[in-house]
Amino acid sequence: MSEIIKVGMADLNICASPDAITTLGLGSCVGIVLYDATSKIAGLVHVMLPDSNKIRNNENVAKFADTGIDALIDKMKILGANRSRLIAKIAGGAQMFAFNANNDMLRIGDRNVEASKQKLNALGIKLLAEDTGLNYGRTIVFYPENGELHIKSVGKPLKIL
Amino acid sequence: MSNINLDHMDSMQFDVLKEIGNIGAGNATTALSTMINGKIDMDVPIVDLLEFKELPEMIGGAENIVVGILITLEGEINGMMMFIMDTASAYNLVNILMGKSLSQFEDFTEMELSALQEIGNIIAGAYLSSLSTLTNIRIDASIPYMSIDMAGAILSVPAIEFGKMGDKALLIESRFCKDDSDVKGFFILIPTLESYNIILKSLGL
Repeated sequence: MSEIIKVGMADLNICASPDAITTLGLGSCVGIVLYDATSKIAGLVHVMLPDSNKIRNNENVAKFADTGIDALIDKMKILGANRSRLIAKIAGGAQMFAFNANNDMLRIGDRNVEASKQKLNALGIKLLAEDTGLNYGRTIVFYPENGELHIKSVGKPLKIL
Repeated sequence: MSNINLDHMDSMQFDVLKEIGNIGAGNATTALSTMINGKIDMDVPIVDLLEFKELPEMIGGAENIVVGILITLEGEINGMMMFIMDTASAYNLVNILMGKSLSQFEDFTEMELSALQEIGNIIAGAYLSSLSTLTNIRIDASIPYMSIDMAGAILSVPAIEFGKMGDKALLIESRFCKDDSDVKGFFILIPTLESYNIILKSLGL
């Protein structure tokens, strides 16, 4: 019997086929899925902020794009994933309220997406697919069995990446 | 008085923030009752400091559809204030106010949506003005922004602001009802860390 493992806000976890991994209601946060297709091991981190260096209180590594991705890789390696085979898919980073875009506090979704991409790029992990930005929430489920990322939003058809 | 740390707040600081929540929610209820020209009952608000993971559970789970109304704060206090209600409460409010009997968002026209936004604005405005009177601090509020979406997605906006300060968020739950139409709403007030200190200092803490 396969399970669906839930990841909360500022949280991370890993799973292996036939289990799946999910995070519910992503808004301006970004969900980053890392995947090793050979061992069928996946990891998911739900980050809230772009950069741990800019915040004094940074003990929770899963809260930030930079430290969250590092911690996720470490955890996946323990389960037997191969670092060099990892690929990434990301979703989220919406702007939930229609503010004037020049307010830095409110552009956080974009900044989370940018920071996630930069970190992946710096680590040489290929970003295979993304569904980011715009103005609506997303629930995502990743299936290591076939590498599919399912994205559900209110009033929209299911999207598969 | 030492500066506030939201993850390790002392009981005095917590009590003060709780009391601000009570007074603010009380004022908001009065404003609401004036608006609909009827009596509204209010329960004592529940004030809680929650971990981010627990936050969406308070309002029916991360995928539950909710209405969020957000106002940004400027002036002597910076930050944001959010009023959140579940869809049943939103229908009840609009129905009470406009004498309708709608039960799904598909039936809402521009008119009902803007009424909803205005309700949120009045509730949040009453809340803020009581805070401003209490502390004698000037607070400038923006126009209201509204979003109807999954609770997790709406809550990510205030959660991120709290995330810059620590690992917990301060939530004030208030419940009003008129006859048998229940309206349950949540206030989230998110001053910046400096503004928290300004508020507490103005109250002599």
